[in-house]
Amino acid sequence: MTVKFKVLIPVLIILSILSIFIGVVPLSFTDIFQLTSQQQQIILVSRIPRLISIILAGVGLSVSGLIMQQLSRNKFVSPTTAGTMDSARLGILVAMMFFHQATPLERMLVAFLFSISGTLIFMKILDKVKFKDPIFIPLVGLMFGNIVGSITTFIAYQNDLIQNMSSWLQGNFALILEGRYELLYISVPLVIVSYIFAHRFTIAGMGEDFAKNLGLNYNLVVNTGLIIVALITSVVILTAGTIPFLGLIIPNIVSMYRGDHLKNSLPFTALLGAVFLLASDIIGRVIIFPYEVAIGVIVGVVGSFIFLYLVMRRSAYES
Amino acid sequence: MVKIKDVTKLYGDTAVVDHVSMTIPKGKITSFIGPNGAGKSTLLSIVSRLIAKDEGEVLIDGEEVSATNNKALAKKLSILKQANDINVRLTVRQLVSFGRFPYSQGRLTDIDEKMIDSAIHYMELETMENKFLDQLSGGQKQRAYIAMVIAQDTEYILLDEPLNNLDMKHSVQIMKVLRRLADELGKTIVIVLHDVNFASVYSDYIVALRDGKVIKKGPTDEIIRNGVLKEVYDMDIKIQDIDQCRICLYFS
Ligand SMILES: Nc1ncnc2c1ncn2[C@@H]1O[C@H](COP(=O)(O)OP(=O)(O)OP(=O)(O)O)[C@@H](O)[C@H]1O
Ligand SMILES: [Mg+2]
Repeated sequence: MTVKFKVLIPVLIILSILSIFIGVVPLSFTDIFQLTSQQQQIILVSRIPRLISIILAGVGLSVSGLIMQQLSRNKFVSPTTAGTMDSARLGILVAMMFFHQATPLERMLVAFLFSISGTLIFMKILDKVKFKDPIFIPLVGLMFGNIVGSITTFIAYQNDLIQNMSSWLQGNFALILEGRYELLYISVPLVIVSYIFAHRFTIAGMGEDFAKNLGLNYNLVVNTGLIIVALITSVVILTAGTIPFLGLIIPNIVSMYRGDHLKNSLPFTALLGAVFLLASDIIGRVIIFPYEVAIGVIVGVVGSFIFLYLVMRRSAYES
Repeated sequence: MVKIKDVTKLYGDTAVVDHVSMTIPKGKITSFIGPNGAGKSTLLSIVSRLIAKDEGEVLIDGEEVSATNNKALAKKLSILKQANDINVRLTVRQLVSFGRFPYSQGRLTDIDEKMIDSAIHYMELETMENKFLDQLSGGQKQRAYIAMVIAQDTEYILLDEPLNNLDMKHSVQIMKVLRRLADELGKTIVIVLHDVNFASVYSDYIVALRDGKVIKKGPTDEIIRNGVLKEVYDMDIKIQDIDQCRICLYFS
């Protein structure tokens, strides 16, 4: 099991270096000791911020997915499949309409309020449905997300804001520049708190009665988890846009190999999330060079295939 | 000591636990028996604060259970429910380790590790301690849950049909472990059983429930009687003494 860490960390480092050197402005490894001032600018203003934001978003979203799956006790629930992301986008729209001068932090707070409400509504629905089929639940979540998404589109359309909203629809790191991604650093302490809560999240995942028997304040733990998820989702959407499926596939892959004890699986999920997102971004940048395919598209395509595979693997396993 | 005073639980208009009172003595094994739907699980869940009651009191060492601090209670009382549909991928050892959570909050000490080892040993799970729960059979899983409760090392242990899914050998093994926990460590054990013979052979006291009411309670030999069992189960059960055990013949 430790072997995996030994593999993933070098991979992350290599991908990070690659990521810095790939781009429209040419930059080769040999230039590194004699950078022109233009190259220095590019690295500091664009490439490094891009790299950091990809890593933070990858870590944040996959950890969010892991927490949601644990707390909802369903492997197919994630920010994408529980209305969290769609609600956050509705929040951003509301912030744009009513608070024109809002700072990024204020926008984030509005987005957070919407995403936490959306997630809580979904969890309430989850409580109410009797038919707890593991595949049915995320479908309910996707439908719920689509309803919220339609409301967002409708309002945006009425107010001529469709153009502005689309940048939050599709994840894209090309627009990340120094000064436009720092909000993502909020996810760092949140991931650390998640790790501190790893035991509690794991116990909560065994159900309310189990948690109570072990003296855990179940509601407190669940609410803490959902707040963390909603905050991370909001900052990622505000800076990089929507990145679908990441929070779904990464924790599922890690769960197969390392189980669901978050003390073991959380660091791994975080690392694999960063590696996967970084690799997807690099692919998106080279595939039709010098143009870029938005990362949301790459992750969406690869992710939906892996998602289908996971669903089918599960049905095969159950029958 | 557990004192149950006039406890009632209503679902809609029906009282599934109906003005039940009893005292559960310390350091003994008390079995709840009764037909399906008698209210055994409900009563156990009320005593362990997992569900709220509508009337009455449950006092554990003189303190009302629903008003006791949850964290403190987890070191004093443990409950294993009838159905545990955990679909979390944990290894047996990880699960059993969670039994120590009330004490260590996740940072296991040497003492915790020793308790985990001995709980695993009690349930003969050494060979599969690193297997994931979803790779185990129903009975092996059940033993892992019981091991967790043993690791929790509480004065009061409540088990709802712990012999579910277990073969004869392991059923006997678990009842013997429970006997030792009561006799050597002074644990107070309350257990719901469907097999009256296990209740007859291993428990000190029996409470017979039906339709939410206590039909009769008392020392084992006062309950394992043809008349009482007839009232509880509507069955004419022959009882024979074999090797100083009272065995019920209920197959015909
Ligand atoms: N959540 C609930 N809502 C409504 N009725 C319930 C609920 N839980 C239990 N009941 C009813 O309460 C009665 C007692 O149930 P309980 O589970 O306590 O029975 P039991 O004695 O444990 O039975 P078994 O031997 O089958 O486990 C049953 O008639 C059941 O239908
Ligand atoms: Mg029951």
